Amino acid sequence: METAIEVTDLVINRGKREVLHGFSCAIPRGSITGLLGPSGSGKTTLMRAVVGVQLVASGRVTVLGEPAGSPPLRRKIGYLTQAPSVYDDLTVRENARYFASLYGLRAADAEAALDGVGLSGAAHQLVGNLSGGQRSRASLACAIVGRPEVLVLDEPTVGQDPVLRDELWARFRGLAADGATILVSSHVMDEANRCDRLLLIRDGHLIGDDTPAAIKATAGTDDLDEAFLRIIRQQEKAAA
Amino acid sequence: MSPHILASTIGRIVRQLRHDRRTIGLVIVVPLLLLTLLYFMFDGQGPMFDRIALVMLGIFPFIIMFLITSIAMLRERTSGTLERLFTTPVGKLDLLFGYGIAFGLVAAVQATVAAGLAYWLFDLDTAGSLWLVIVIAVANAVLGVALGLLCSAFARTEFQAVQFMPVVAIPQILLCGLFVARDSMAGWLQVISDVLPLSYSVEALTEVGAHADPTGTMWRDLGIVVGAIILALLLGATTLRRRTA
Ligand SMILES: Nc1ncnc2c1ncn2[C@@H]1O[C@H](COP(=O)(O)OP(=O)(O)O)[C@@H](O)[C@H]1O
Ligand SMILES: [Mg+2]
Repeated sequence: METAIEVTDLVINRGKREVLHGFSCAIPRGSITGLLGPSGSGKTTLMRAVVGVQLVASGRVTVLGEPAGSPPLRRKIGYLTQAPSVYDDLTVRENARYFASLYGLRAADAEAALDGVGLSGAAHQLVGNLSGGQRSRASLACAIVGRPEVLVLDEPTVGQDPVLRDELWARFRGLAADGATILVSSHVMDEANRCDRLLLIRDGHLIGDDTPAAIKATAGTDDLDEAFLRIIRQQEKAAA
Repeated sequence: MSPHILASTIGRIVRQLRHDRRTIGLVIVVPLLLLTLLYFMFDGQGPMFDRIALVMLGIFPFIIMFLITSIAMLRERTSGTLERLFTTPVGKLDLLFGYGIAFGLVAAVQATVAAGLAYWLFDLDTAGSLWLVIVIAVANAVLGVALGLLCSAFARTEFQAVQFMPVVAIPQILLCGLFVARDSMAGWLQVISDVLPLSYSVEALTEVGAHADPTGTMWRDLGIVVGAIILALLLGATTLRRRTA
């Protein structure tokens, strides 16, 4: 399968600490890849490197054959930051239209993106007055409005009710079916089962890279949480 | 930089301001109240009011736009919108010019309203024409925007950002020649005054006050202010980093 994102020997320092230590992975085109790991393991840092806003100490990140962050990629990438990044003092619609305009798109595209995250009904509201879940969906609308080929989603479903979460996943699935490559981070194992592939990350190391089924089979359990735990124990034993 | 992205960024910034009634009040109404205050302070002392009100028409836009811009840009940095914008086709210059032009337009409205009040209600008397006063006021506003963009890079919170106001604005106001004529200051104070851009805009306004036609000094001063704007914007551009740690 064709590779959309390739990370090679990536080393990143944040503050005085090394956060990623020679991280390598390859993410296939047109798939949903889950980035799974505990808080502080380096998920956001890796995603920032993929979208090209993270200073990198060494190593390489290639997206669609171009170095991450290069100008041609900026039309092809969508990034949902972990904390919603939308303008509080604009309405939902004004936010979506502004981000649409950056890709040369029109008001109708903005409406479609709002519809896609179930926010059409709140389009006229100021983002500053929305609930937490609505705010993060407004932010999501702005990430998908440019119809990106590569979509990087940092914990997109946190704070959403289960029905909405299900709808959002159906939406991601549809985007991938249309050819988008999606990298989505989560620390909710239940969501991991919906991904085509999983990257398990712990303390800035890649400890697993396979389909959810294969990861569960290798670990000998039906539960992803338990599988993660077993993989960590195995590796600790191997290291000792 | 792309004309299309620049235009929608200007629109976005103006829209943000429009949703913020209180800030609009600050921008438009406060200068009017302060001018009214000056008018009654210098009740019956025409020439004195003329001199001070004229200079204030340049200083208000500078202070207000500096304050608004440094907070707006700081929010852009801390809310994550700047980081996200840098993953889109937006260029640094789209942002810098977007802020400069958007707030410059607002400043033009502000300056027109304030100067209108001063001329027609308070009988402000200047030898030169009203439109030159407005042009200089707008240049001052854009100078405030450019310095605000630059200073926001050195603040981490809004609380820190407002603290740049006294540091950047007050020395310029004290040394611009309003309180003590620049050529009667001590030599070292003159040197400081000479490198502060507000000194030149105040001198330009004073020229408009004293001469019927635009003078060479006025054009030179305006040129220096424009140069300071460009310098501050370029320095501001170096503080905008696509990649951060
Ligand atoms: N701005 C920052 N400055 C210094 N250290 C940071 C910064 N952001 C994150 N870190 C550190 O980098 C590590 C990885 O963080 P992050 O990538 O956000 O993890 P995750 O997204 O998996 O929770 C953590 O130890 C965190 O404390
Ligand atoms: Mg994170």
